[in-house]
Amino acid sequence: MSQTPANPACAIECRQITKTFGSVVANDKIDLDVRYGEILALLGENGSGKTTLMNMLSGIYHPDSGSISIAGQPVSINSPVDAMHLGIGMIHQHFKLVDAFTAMDNIVLGTHGKRLAPKVLKERILEICHSVGLEIDPEKRVYEMSVSEKQTVEILKVLYRDAKILILDEPTAVLTPQETGKLFAILRRMREQGRAIIIITHKLQEVLEISDRVTILWKGKSIDTVNTAETNARQLTELMVGRPVSLSIQRPQPQDPQPVMDVQGLTVKKPDGAIALDGISFDIRSGEILGIAGVAGSGQKELCETIAGLTKSEKGHITFKGEEILGKTPAEIISLGIHMGFVPEDRLGMGLVASMGMVDNMLLKSYRSHKGMFIDRKPARALAEELIRRLEIVTPGEDTPVRLLSGGNVQKVLIGREIESGPSVLITAYPVRGLDINSSYTVYDLLNEQKQKGVAVVFVGEDLDVLLELCDRILVLCHGRITGLVDASSVTKEQIGLMMTGSHSGEVQQ
Amino acid sequence: MDMFIKFLVAAVLAGTPLLFGTVGEILSEKVGHLNLGVEGMMSIGACSGFMAGYFSDSFAFALIAAALGGALGALIYAFLTVTLMANQNVTGLTLTIFGIGLSNFIGVYALGFSETGTLKLPDGITAHMRNIHIPGLSDLPVVGELLFSYNPFVYLGILIAIIMGLYLGRTQTGLNVQSIGENPAAADAAGIRVIFWKYFNILLGGAICGIGGAYCSMIINRGVWISNNVGGLGWIAVALVIFAGWKPVNAIGGSFVFGALRVLKYYMPKSVIDLPVAFYDMLPFLITALVLVISSMRKSRGIGLPAALGLNYYREER
Repeated sequence: MSQTPANPACAIECRQITKTFGSVVANDKIDLDVRYGEILALLGENGSGKTTLMNMLSGIYHPDSGSISIAGQPVSINSPVDAMHLGIGMIHQHFKLVDAFTAMDNIVLGTHGKRLAPKVLKERILEICHSVGLEIDPEKRVYEMSVSEKQTVEILKVLYRDAKILILDEPTAVLTPQETGKLFAILRRMREQGRAIIIITHKLQEVLEISDRVTILWKGKSIDTVNTAETNARQLTELMVGRPVSLSIQRPQPQDPQPVMDVQGLTVKKPDGAIALDGISFDIRSGEILGIAGVAGSGQKELCETIAGLTKSEKGHITFKGEEILGKTPAEIISLGIHMGFVPEDRLGMGLVASMGMVDNMLLKSYRSHKGMFIDRKPARALAEELIRRLEIVTPGEDTPVRLLSGGNVQKVLIGREIESGPSVLITAYPVRGLDINSSYTVYDLLNEQKQKGVAVVFVGEDLDVLLELCDRILVLCHGRITGLVDASSVTKEQIGLMMTGSHSGEVQQ
Repeated sequence: MDMFIKFLVAAVLAGTPLLFGTVGEILSEKVGHLNLGVEGMMSIGACSGFMAGYFSDSFAFALIAAALGGALGALIYAFLTVTLMANQNVTGLTLTIFGIGLSNFIGVYALGFSETGTLKLPDGITAHMRNIHIPGLSDLPVVGELLFSYNPFVYLGILIAIIMGLYLGRTQTGLNVQSIGENPAAADAAGIRVIFWKYFNILLGGAICGIGGAYCSMIINRGVWISNNVGGLGWIAVALVIFAGWKPVNAIGGSFVFGALRVLKYYMPKSVIDLPVAFYDMLPFLITALVLVISSMRKSRGIGLPAALGLNYYREER
């Protein structure tokens, strides 16, 4: 099988890996090399086959053809256990941790043999932490942990099994810039220890910062592998998308911004009684995009739900053109022209009904305006067809249940529907989560188009680079308080990162 | 005083079948499967244990048959909920109805062969079910009666509860198994064989429930077969799991408390409080309701209620 003699300095050698699902070729003769003591970035759009390839290395799928060698030995990886024995450790994007267990118990989960005494285990874990510069309290339970602590546990899980090859799937998606910096320092330490590291990320800046080499996948093929030192963001994007793209996001000047919605002293509690929003005040202006930044769970969700009338507030006021909207029902709020494109973590949770097709999902927002006893699907069908054409939504048909569409297409359906109803306030939360570059830019263009029409747009985002380029003003939330309300053109990513952790307060404009 | 000791002894005896049911259900719930079929599995165990004893004259064989009977009931449940991913509540309820029906059917069928019109276990077996007597220890005043003179089932139940407590709480395998009930996807990613351990725990739990059923058919009625011999104990066991906080060792105390509630009516002197018998019959259920209210008000999280309880696991779900 092996055409070339295996090289023992190579941690992983994949040759001509092919994997098909039915008629779809997910991986088409992919070659991949990773050496010990290097960080390889794997770059590619959604659907380019990154995850499929990594799943084959971690034992979830088995390749149809091709060969994999680990440390020079041809191997067959049939299960996650096999991968573990071969020293391959995968750090999933969605943490796979048991919330009720302590960090220690999570780290040893799945190991066999005698359960170690807590004292011995603790020492062993702290020793590993020390060797790479991680910090963790081994007895803390996962449900009390912040996102970056959880990630630390995930990393320790694979280090505890002494994995020589680490695969990180979008590890920075949920981290602040400071946390990302720390993670990269740890990855570099692990590289010095001679481990091989594969990092999957969408963020080009990070690829350039951390990796030694970059392998680019495009439509299931390995297009090219380049040395990071010899490339730049533009070249990488071209390789990834398959054609030149402009990387800058447009930010047209806001035209005559007028406050349309005013939030004063808003306090909201979570169902368990904890404070979600603590007396926040700000305004939303027509013709501009207000970005909302913050570590996940800082109150973004509650803010959106309160404005939409889904969550009750404890104190405070929200006025829309002088009219109080707190206490109104969601239907009354929608009729004022306040529209919400909320993309929750599970994408389909709110906003769309997963088992309905596009047509019926359109009807959910428009059936009230129709007279008569029976529903009329014609206008909704026309709208669905229009959206498919205009937003290039890929779907077998407008009646296909939306849960069968890919994530990006689901988001287009959701945002498209909200925009079509002609809102005066449009609130979008994480609209580009999980989207590839092309789809993301379509969404940015849509939002800019709305902004220029005079709509007040609120954009709750994760990627600070995008927030900085797209938004006019950025509001930073930390533990339910506003720690900054700044002009996006005169602030740096690092400053926002500090505000997100509450360690630095941004200048709050008037 | 004498009356009080007798009351305590009766409480332990009445609590023992609950102990088996509770420990069995804990094993199942710890892998995320709420099995409402405890009553059914106990009934099948009651029947298979009794019949095996009746026809074979062997106590050991009766015990094994009871365990196998319970495990068979659990196997039906496991196949439906783990492999076919059927709704757990409906499957469990159905198993209860099926188990009671099957048990009564076989009982009535066997009665047809009896010349006396009753089924009574042979003496060779009842000899094994008498209270043990340890020379010296059992003769101690008070302590001897309270600790060292029960039938073997009582000690077997306590032993099983302690072993299962050690298994779940102290071994690496137990930790792995608990993670399945908390987050099966995490367990799967950690290389734990989720399906295997689900079957293992559900079947082991069923076997323990089956032995509890044998207690109902062989001890409570002094070796005479009657229909519906489990009589709702399986339902109390399901509630006791919460009372015990999903810890097998706590189930020992919990079962005996509920056992005490069940026999209180016979031991409460009329001169102290004169309450209708119906009140005492209601007590275990009233306490169950209180336990549910209190435990749902508690905010603390920890290893207790498995987070994925009642949710079937499918690896490729999206």
